Amino acid sequence: MDVVIWSRIQFAMTAAYHWLFVPLTLGLAVVMAVMETLYVVKKDEFWKKAAQFWIKLFAINFAVGIATGIILEFEFGTNWSNYSWFVGDMFGAPLAIEGILAFFMEATFFAVMFFGWNKVSPKFHLASTWLTGIGATISAYWILVANGWMQNPVGTTFNPETVRSEMASAAAFWEVITNPVAVSKFCHSVTSGWVTGGIFVVGVSAWYLLKNRHVEFARKSMLVGAIVGLVGSGAVMLSGDSSGVHAAEFQPMKLAAAEGLRDGGNGAAFTIVPGIQVPHMLSLLATHDWNGYVPGINDILNGYTDNDGNVIPSVEDKMIMGRTALDALAVYRKTDDPVLKAEAKALLEANVQYMGYGHLSRPEDVVPPVGVVFWAFRFMIGLGMLIALVLLLSLIAIWKDKLGAWKWLLWASILCIPLVYICGQSGWVVAEVGRQPWTIQGLLPVNVAISSLSAGAVKTTFFIFLAVFALFLAIEIRIMIRAIGKGPEVEPSENI
Amino acid sequence: MSRLVSFFASLYRDGFRNMTWGKPLVWLILLKLIILFGILRIFFFKPAMSGLTEEEKSEKVGAALTQPHNTDTLNLLTH
Repeated sequence: MDVVIWSRIQFAMTAAYHWLFVPLTLGLAVVMAVMETLYVVKKDEFWKKAAQFWIKLFAINFAVGIATGIILEFEFGTNWSNYSWFVGDMFGAPLAIEGILAFFMEATFFAVMFFGWNKVSPKFHLASTWLTGIGATISAYWILVANGWMQNPVGTTFNPETVRSEMASAAAFWEVITNPVAVSKFCHSVTSGWVTGGIFVVGVSAWYLLKNRHVEFARKSMLVGAIVGLVGSGAVMLSGDSSGVHAAEFQPMKLAAAEGLRDGGNGAAFTIVPGIQVPHMLSLLATHDWNGYVPGINDILNGYTDNDGNVIPSVEDKMIMGRTALDALAVYRKTDDPVLKAEAKALLEANVQYMGYGHLSRPEDVVPPVGVVFWAFRFMIGLGMLIALVLLLSLIAIWKDKLGAWKWLLWASILCIPLVYICGQSGWVVAEVGRQPWTIQGLLPVNVAISSLSAGAVKTTFFIFLAVFALFLAIEIRIMIRAIGKGPEVEPSENI
Repeated sequence: MSRLVSFFASLYRDGFRNMTWGKPLVWLILLKLIILFGILRIFFFKPAMSGLTEEEKSEKVGAALTQPHNTDTLNLLTH
């Protein structure tokens, strides 16, 4: 395998590892804040102890997850230097805001939350717990602004002088941060974190109930976890709908791959699994129109007319325009003749939206691995619905006082803990594998974004990371299981 | 302002001093940061364009963009 593939595998592994910790952080933040709110409002010590227990698990997850995102930035600079330079001007602002915000949030509110139980008033502590979660959520927003821009590069202009995508004005910055893809991705990712946190709490509580330990604590925790998880599930479905519409609009190839749709059309059917289809459903989901047009892979390759009447060129035509843009860029950068330079710039600007296509050697290069995206999409939706069902049944079981009788539900809740991670990772596979071959949609394919490295160098660091990640994950699971095994007893000092 | 700084300083000092189950987590974070910044960053993840001026970086990426590329491995798996 060559350096492009090794770099992609390494990046995918690091991002997937990072995403093991983020959703639980976002979800547990809500659960523990809700519990502490109940403590402050009801003045009931039970909720304080409950909140402290889940904060403890939050801390373990946070400790192992900390700085895993920084590794991605290492890889940007070393493995993906062309990409890093290309996006540097655009990524600088959101990532700097994220870094500063994360630092201040972590340095202040985390400290109060962990160390401040006996040092500040209950209300001040509660505010710190909420702000810890809100800080992590706002942090996620800036990361997803950067990711959303790669999927739908709005608000920037390619500067042939610097060879960068640049934000020219405050209006451009506003366009970047309100990018519809970033907004729906943020809502989808954060609320999927609530589902993760919710089902984690429900699953751990189910284990206590099966063991007949901390029964009151487990029942009440399960109630909070199930409500947070169900609210998250509803929001995930709504934001997922919005993500689908945006994929249809901005990344139709990703949607076609996710559906395994070779030939599209009006009133397109949604495939549940191969052989079972719901007529018109794909059109309804993708365009909010029963008979809306959804292009298939072949339509995108050959060119089509979209629902607004815009003629979308074939990939071959886009490749011609892309090569024209690249040739113009080469002339612009070489010549000193001002007239020729102006002509080259005009030609580049006229074709720049297809610049990335100029790097492709055949139209089929724009087709992502269909099987991977198709099945990842089904895992994500199927597991997401299963988890929502388990959360709903948990709520019903608590309401009808059936937790003792429905042992199968308790086992199902425990099983849902690993499943929610598979669900979340599948979602990212759809989002990221589905947009291949692009690092930046239409502008920069992966084979150009890469640094001049040897495959051996990337392979070496891949296996180092694999070993380090496996070690830390094993440590986390061990510490987490020990903490869960010990249960919600609070140390006399109430210190962490 | 100085009261705020001294409040946070005492929060951290007392917090770390009285730590119980959190101690292994702090060691874990320190170990990880040492591995990341003390080993991986220094020996394995040097920025590919470090030491270049802004103009040289533009030149390098401009050249990468305008030269032909191998597209055989654009997609990891077969379609």
